[in-house]
Amino acid sequence: MLKMAAAQAVEEMRSRVVLGEFGVRNVHTTDFPGNYSSYDDAWDQDRFEKNFRVDVVHMDENSLEFDMVGIDAAIANAFRRILLAEVPTMAVEKVFVYNNTSIVQDEILAHRLGLIPIHADPRLFEYRNQGDEEGTEIDTLQFRLQVRCTRNPQAAKDSSDPNELYVNHKVYTRHMTWVPLGNQADLFPEGTIRPVHDDILIAQLRPGQEIDLLMHCVKGIGKDHAKFSPVATASYRLLPDITLLKPVEGEAAEELSRCFSPGVVEVQEIQGKKVARIANPRLDTFSREIFRNEKLKKVVQLARVRDHYIFSVESTGVLPPDVLVSEAIKILMGKCRRFLDELEAVQMD
Amino acid sequence: MEEDQELERKISGLKTSMAEGERKTALEMVQAAGTDRHCVTFVLHEEDHTLGNSLRYMIMKNPEVEFCGYTTTHPSESKINLRIQTRGALPAVEPFQRGLTELMNVCQHVLDKFEASIKDYKDQKASRSESTL
Repeated sequence: MLKMAAAQAVEEMRSRVVLGEFGVRNVHTTDFPGNYSSYDDAWDQDRFEKNFRVDVVHMDENSLEFDMVGIDAAIANAFRRILLAEVPTMAVEKVFVYNNTSIVQDEILAHRLGLIPIHADPRLFEYRNQGDEEGTEIDTLQFRLQVRCTRNPQAAKDSSDPNELYVNHKVYTRHMTWVPLGNQADLFPEGTIRPVHDDILIAQLRPGQEIDLLMHCVKGIGKDHAKFSPVATASYRLLPDITLLKPVEGEAAEELSRCFSPGVVEVQEIQGKKVARIANPRLDTFSREIFRNEKLKKVVQLARVRDHYIFSVESTGVLPPDVLVSEAIKILMGKCRRFLDELEAVQMD
Repeated sequence: MEEDQELERKISGLKTSMAEGERKTALEMVQAAGTDRHCVTFVLHEEDHTLGNSLRYMIMKNPEVEFCGYTTTHPSESKINLRIQTRGALPAVEPFQRGLTELMNVCQHVLDKFEASIKDYKDQKASRSESTL
């Protein structure tokens, strides 16, 4: 009996991160060879492949939710970090201002233009060489923004609505026009190279003010500047694991269901009594309301499954989210390959 | 200054022909004089916790490795020091190379499974929308 309890405790230590009332236990990965006497923790690719699975929960054109089960935090976090900072995109880098008589200062305008997501597949472009000021057709996209605000002669005499009084007083991304360089017009059909959204407000003008500028977009990564990040955000959470240590019945069952997010606890009528059951722990957001209830906090154990990651990736629209995840995994492989090549080069000497 | 003389630095790098003949190193190996090759500190340039932590995890899973750890030297410098000490006389380059290869295999497997899963989901969605039409 004791052996079973001890074995269970070890299993819990290895596979669960326990959220106690005053602290979190078993946070770090401990399953390295030599730590546990009855386990063989050496890396085994076949065992990993057998236990690993990916389940896509929801996908639409801009957001993706999927589960990665059987992987360690270090690698899941590496994918998340790469999604945020190392998957390249195209964004406005240089702005040549020919005329800007608007109220928005040049540098503020340039900053805003840099943050506009550009709908161009970055895999079809190359990084610009350092020191190259002009830019070639393989590494640069050019956009033109030319807007002048004038008074509307047909407006009513006593109107105060700017939409009626002025023409072109709001500068949107739809006013940006693509200027093809070199053979780009043949490679990219009309309308494919544009800002992702055409209704982003860039600046506001009044009659007599004009914005006339040329923008160069280059390929970059989020590490350099956040404007190059392809995700609105990419995050993960661990699968919650809620266990009832003792059966909960009657009024306490109702109380229990109120302490968790809706849908987590289900109260069933069995033989006239209300009995609580953990129906869907995945929905819980761990508000820890249960610890405020003196009676019920001893009955529930809150934990997280250590190797089950629920990823949520939201794209800015440049690339579909599943393509972004694939690119992130390929970038991590590229890093490993780079160092393997370095090692080979050293061993040759 | 004495420490520099004691340490043997082996620098490898892509000898890119940049302006002013600069050399961009990617990987350095540092080890104290007197030890044989079983404890080495690798300096990986232009890397951070992304590769550092995942590589450390894969190398620690190797039973021949007695010690493996990494640090970022300073937030302004983008490089990491990864130290490996092996049991016995195994040269430290071997677990480093093995860790890199295993990490690549893990990524390849994750990529395959992920793409298969995405394809399944898209097929399921297509067949579901077809059946409702």
